[in-house]
Amino acid sequence: MTLLRFLIAAILATAAFAQVTAPARAQDGPLRIEITEGVIEPLPFALPTFIAETPEAQSWAQRITDVVAADLTGTGLFRRIPSDAFVTQVTQFTPSVTYANWKAINAQALITGAVSVTGGQISVKFRLFDVFSEAPLGEGLQFGGTEQSWRRLAHKVSDAVYSRITGETGYFDSRVVFVSEQGPKNARQKRLAVMDYDGANVQYLTDSGSLVLAPRFSPTGDRVLYTSYETGFPQIYELNVGSVSRTQLPVPAESMTFAPRYAPDGRTIVFSAAINGNTDIYSLVPGSAPRQLTNAPSIETAPSYSPDGSQIVFESDRSGSPQLYVMPAGGGEPRRISFGEGRYGTPVWSPRGDLIAFTKQNAGRFHIGVMRTDGSEERLLTASFLDEGPTWAPNGRVIMFTRESAGAGGQPGLFSVDVSGRNLKQVPTPNAASDPAWSPLLP
Amino acid sequence: MTLPRAALLLSLALGLAACSSPARFGAGGPGADGAPLSAGGGFGSGADGVTSGPLDPASPEYFSQTVGDRVLFAVDQSTLNDEARRALSAQAQWLMSNPGYTAIVEGHADEQGTREYNLALGARRAASARDYLVAQGVAASRLRTVTYGKERPIEVCSTEACYAQNRRAVTVIAAGAAVS
Repeated sequence: MTLLRFLIAAILATAAFAQVTAPARAQDGPLRIEITEGVIEPLPFALPTFIAETPEAQSWAQRITDVVAADLTGTGLFRRIPSDAFVTQVTQFTPSVTYANWKAINAQALITGAVSVTGGQISVKFRLFDVFSEAPLGEGLQFGGTEQSWRRLAHKVSDAVYSRITGETGYFDSRVVFVSEQGPKNARQKRLAVMDYDGANVQYLTDSGSLVLAPRFSPTGDRVLYTSYETGFPQIYELNVGSVSRTQLPVPAESMTFAPRYAPDGRTIVFSAAINGNTDIYSLVPGSAPRQLTNAPSIETAPSYSPDGSQIVFESDRSGSPQLYVMPAGGGEPRRISFGEGRYGTPVWSPRGDLIAFTKQNAGRFHIGVMRTDGSEERLLTASFLDEGPTWAPNGRVIMFTRESAGAGGQPGLFSVDVSGRNLKQVPTPNAASDPAWSPLLP
Repeated sequence: MTLPRAALLLSLALGLAACSSPARFGAGGPGADGAPLSAGGGFGSGADGVTSGPLDPASPEYFSQTVGDRVLFAVDQSTLNDEARRALSAQAQWLMSNPGYTAIVEGHADEQGTREYNLALGARRAASARDYLVAQGVAASRLRTVTYGKERPIEVCSTEACYAQNRRAVTVIAAGAAVS
């Protein structure tokens, strides 16, 4: 089967919302990519350690290769063939390869690369080959940056490979803002932190002096909205990620504010304000007074814009239990979209615009699920004691969320799952962690 | 009551609370300087003039321990049951008898709900308790509300026994001028 066939298979798996129970395992027989009841056989690829073109590039080449391998295999869509199975070793970064040597080990894709280091600057080149079609898949590409940015260079290689094989944009060169947690359950200390999508390069944005909750990245990834108790009351703030300086936002008088999110324009924000016990949704354009978008005695919270900025999906208990509603971005009559059993919350519009991810609570369990924007084709992707707060990868293929364990020693952690329900796994963090929010793909 | 008077009462009350096990405290503790412990009628004078006795009825500790500082709610609810109304009536009486104090009414939720919904639910519960206190005659300017959602459980197990204690509104007494 060619890479093209794999591409089609992967898209079908997404479009058909095939139910999948476990990632496919490598078989003992000939490797093939097939969908059997929605299970995708991971595509076997060969990734020889990138060539070091300068003496100091040796360790960088190894580390960059390792990150590319981790990115690709981490998707559950690819399987790396161990190098001791190779018929031949790659010692030079050349435009031509002997396809027979890679066919012999059933590699569908071959990724070759080279790394050079000069004056603290790293340059990474790579090529991707479709082994069974005996042709390069796209042109060779080169990425450059400082030694500090070496992981980003690796992620960029992975994004290019992923994109060429699946036909979708990647998500590896991205960051996640989240809440790092320490201390006992009844006195948790929380700090804002950012990390690479895979848990590397954790940096803290606030100290643990004030409770902080539910951050969100701006569409350009340079700012973060969040809720802090630094005044003793929950209020929304905007933080500049580069300078780590923060600004309190103008909010309605006598209000507690929370659940802030950016509009796709990166200027307008939408948030919840509780006034005299009643929570409604407001929007805020810089330089203007806050504008009330909902006006009901029920709870209206957890807003999320559609990617075109025209609509807002949110959570309301106006029917008696929390359900999902969609309204025009400027306010107006909401339309209920969730009709299944249980309670629905934290809706988040996919960056592709086609799906809404949500938290569902039913029969004592929590789920992360997705539905179409009209509420149809609801599918639950996870189940546990407490799953909540989905966030979309920039390509809309993967969802990260908070999973918390039960009991006095219960701790939250970050997990990710493919939108098809496959490849559930924990994202490593130094401490307990919650409330992840994915950045856009970095430039 | 003036602010210094309230502050004095507070420090005295802390001194008394600290002396609930007299054997553990000697010279140097609050109240050990021989300050008169008139309010609350302290008795049982010990070494260095340290006394022990019941809590000062005008103290925040008396409010939280004897009057009762919290009311509980049913799942997803912010309506007050009879027990909650009785408790809040007693709170209102205390607040009106001790006009030098202000209070913050905290609203809390159990962990069975999403973070942001629970923030809104906590705000609703705090306002429900606050509104009842105001209806009983407490000046609204003396009360503020805050929601903690599910962020500050008091019981940490994951069963209904704990959840029931966590679905609460707590009136926290603070000395000071009325909040605006």
